[in-house]
Amino acid sequence: MSMTTATLRPNETGLRTDGRLERLRLFGLSSPAMLLILVILVIPVGWLFYVSFIGANGEFSLENYERMIKRRSYIRIFITTFQVSVLTTGLCILIGYPLAYFMAQLPNRLANLCLITVLLPFWTSLLVRTYAWLVLLQKQGLVNQWAMSLGLWDEPLKIVHNMTGTLIGMVHIMLPFLILPVYGAMKAIDRDYLMAASNLGATPRKAFWTVFFPLTTPGLFAGALMVFILCLGFFVTPAVLGGGKVIMVSMKIVSNIELFVNWGAASAMGVVLLIMTLVILWIASRFLRLDQITSGGR
Amino acid sequence: MTTRATEALPISVRNVTKTYGPVNALDDVSLEVKSGEFLTLLGPSGSGKTTLLMVLAGFTRPDCGSLKFGDDEVIRKPPHLREVGMTFQSYALFPHMTVAGNVGYPLRLRKRPKSEIAERVERALETVQLGGYGERRIDQLSGGQKQRVAVARAIVFEPRILLMDEPLSALDKKLRDQMQIELRHLHEQLGMTTVYVTHDQREALTMSDRIAVVNHGRIMQLSTPRDLYERPANRFVADFIGESTFLPVRRTDSDVFYGDTPLHYSGDLPETPDLLLMIRPERVVLSANGPVEGANNFTATASNVVYQGDSFLLHAWLQDGQQVVMRGAVRGNSATALPVVGDQVTLTMSPEDTVLIDGREA
Ligand SMILES: Nc1ncnc2c1ncn2[C@@H]1O[C@H](COP(=O)(O)OP(=O)(O)OP(=O)(O)O)[C@@H](O)[C@H]1O
Ligand SMILES: [Mg+2]
Repeated sequence: MSMTTATLRPNETGLRTDGRLERLRLFGLSSPAMLLILVILVIPVGWLFYVSFIGANGEFSLENYERMIKRRSYIRIFITTFQVSVLTTGLCILIGYPLAYFMAQLPNRLANLCLITVLLPFWTSLLVRTYAWLVLLQKQGLVNQWAMSLGLWDEPLKIVHNMTGTLIGMVHIMLPFLILPVYGAMKAIDRDYLMAASNLGATPRKAFWTVFFPLTTPGLFAGALMVFILCLGFFVTPAVLGGGKVIMVSMKIVSNIELFVNWGAASAMGVVLLIMTLVILWIASRFLRLDQITSGGR
Repeated sequence: MTTRATEALPISVRNVTKTYGPVNALDDVSLEVKSGEFLTLLGPSGSGKTTLLMVLAGFTRPDCGSLKFGDDEVIRKPPHLREVGMTFQSYALFPHMTVAGNVGYPLRLRKRPKSEIAERVERALETVQLGGYGERRIDQLSGGQKQRVAVARAIVFEPRILLMDEPLSALDKKLRDQMQIELRHLHEQLGMTTVYVTHDQREALTMSDRIAVVNHGRIMQLSTPRDLYERPANRFVADFIGESTFLPVRRTDSDVFYGDTPLHYSGDLPETPDLLLMIRPERVVLSANGPVEGANNFTATASNVVYQGDSFLLHAWLQDGQQVVMRGAVRGNSATALPVVGDQVTLTMSPEDTVLIDGREA
């Protein structure tokens, strides 16, 4: 019996052992990375959850969450956060899509140059870029001076320490995250599609809206989603350019800790922010595959 | 089955030139395509076939020349106003639309009513034998099906001119043979003027009313498949279409000599001193009983014999050292009588099969 199986299915056990060993080896190789994730991500987030359920008296309580629902100031903070995120995303689309389109039309060498300039801001620290905007936008700043000398407006405009300033800074910082996937999606479109559309009778405008634009929407969704989610948790730019008038969730978390030393309240807000982000990702994932974010919508 | 609303249109190309830097992609091309004709552009890679098609469709702007569809000069008309159907080598089916969405696209652009679109889409799909495939996504189709959808999309708006750029090159041989017949059939059914591009000579011979052989951006010869094969205008065409060997011949006032032997030939001699005798392998016969009276006879030594099942190939040295190739049928007893290497053989060619061509390359 065992003779016949051995001859009918040669090396069966040996091959199965090899397979198991190979999986084991792969697991062994990836374990340092998994350990790292466990230590720096899973444990702190678990801790965050735990702390958010501890009340002021050190016992289990829901007071941190109750406060968020009851106090209008908290609700307003969440609304502001959404407002800033939606506006930033919208402005990024309005500016980024045409820019990506322009870049996609350029010959390769020029397009690469443009791409480098789009990526250039990443070489400078976020903080530096934000403070640079503060300098540019203030009352006696370059923007106001130039605009007035050009006669665009007469009085120095208040374009910083408020929502306007925050949005200018945020859009500037988020723009590359939108441009890159959109540009990728555009570059991946075969020229033949547009020729076919035109051959079948589409005017250039029609061909754009019926063929080109729909083919770039996965990239556009991917970029917009990334910008939106990054905005939700953004801190530095609204803190510096908002002048205390634009209070986002992350800023409230910081003040809860630094001013009031209330770790429970801060943790609860963090948890809510995290859950909101996950819900948005989950909804989005029903409309597009998330791996498209990294592959330019292909 | 489809009743045509419009008649086919003739195409007239005059003196079209297109240069890319130093490359003459099209070199003073003139070409008349008759109304309803199936004309094939055949030529080696880089000869300018696609460029010519792109000029017809309006995607490539030539340096100069005239292009007429019927009586209308269209050389400066943008592509979306030209009303020609076209299939692309890559198919170029829109991936974000269904099969019906693709085929209906030109009709939606023309703002036809919904019911009419649905009906015409279904009819076009039936024409290419894809009835009921309308709701499929493009990535759910096989190569041959994509090809057919591309054809359906190109014909659904009843253009009077249809352009096809190597539509079958991505298909395997069997499907290609089948699609050749289907496309030809479709052409007979719809009767639109068709310009077809291929670099496959057999495909060109099978499908076309006429073939234009293109090389270096110029048209070498424009004739029916049969004329092209039997009366090639020059050495390039003879070489490109079918196999052949060429023997240098000598011309006197009225006669043509191979070595010292006068040749019996048919047809007219080209006006050139530079003549070549074109030998097609299948037009040469192995004579068992020595020289044949009234035909051209060559004594040769067999240098290689290849058995190929349905036929055999014989390579032989002529007495002056030239090599010729002949193809013979393998039948019953002749199979046993195949020559062997080193045999002295007599090759004969009837006067009708003896074709003298212009020996210049172009
Ligand atoms: N956009 C272009 N820029 C520069 N040269 C080009 C361009 N398009 C075509 N050419 C050149 O023009 C010549 C003809 O090209 P074309 O594409 O018409 O050849 P083809 O006959 O279609 O070849 P194939 O059978 O390989 O498709 C080639 O030498 C090619 O390199
Ligand atoms: Mg080509």
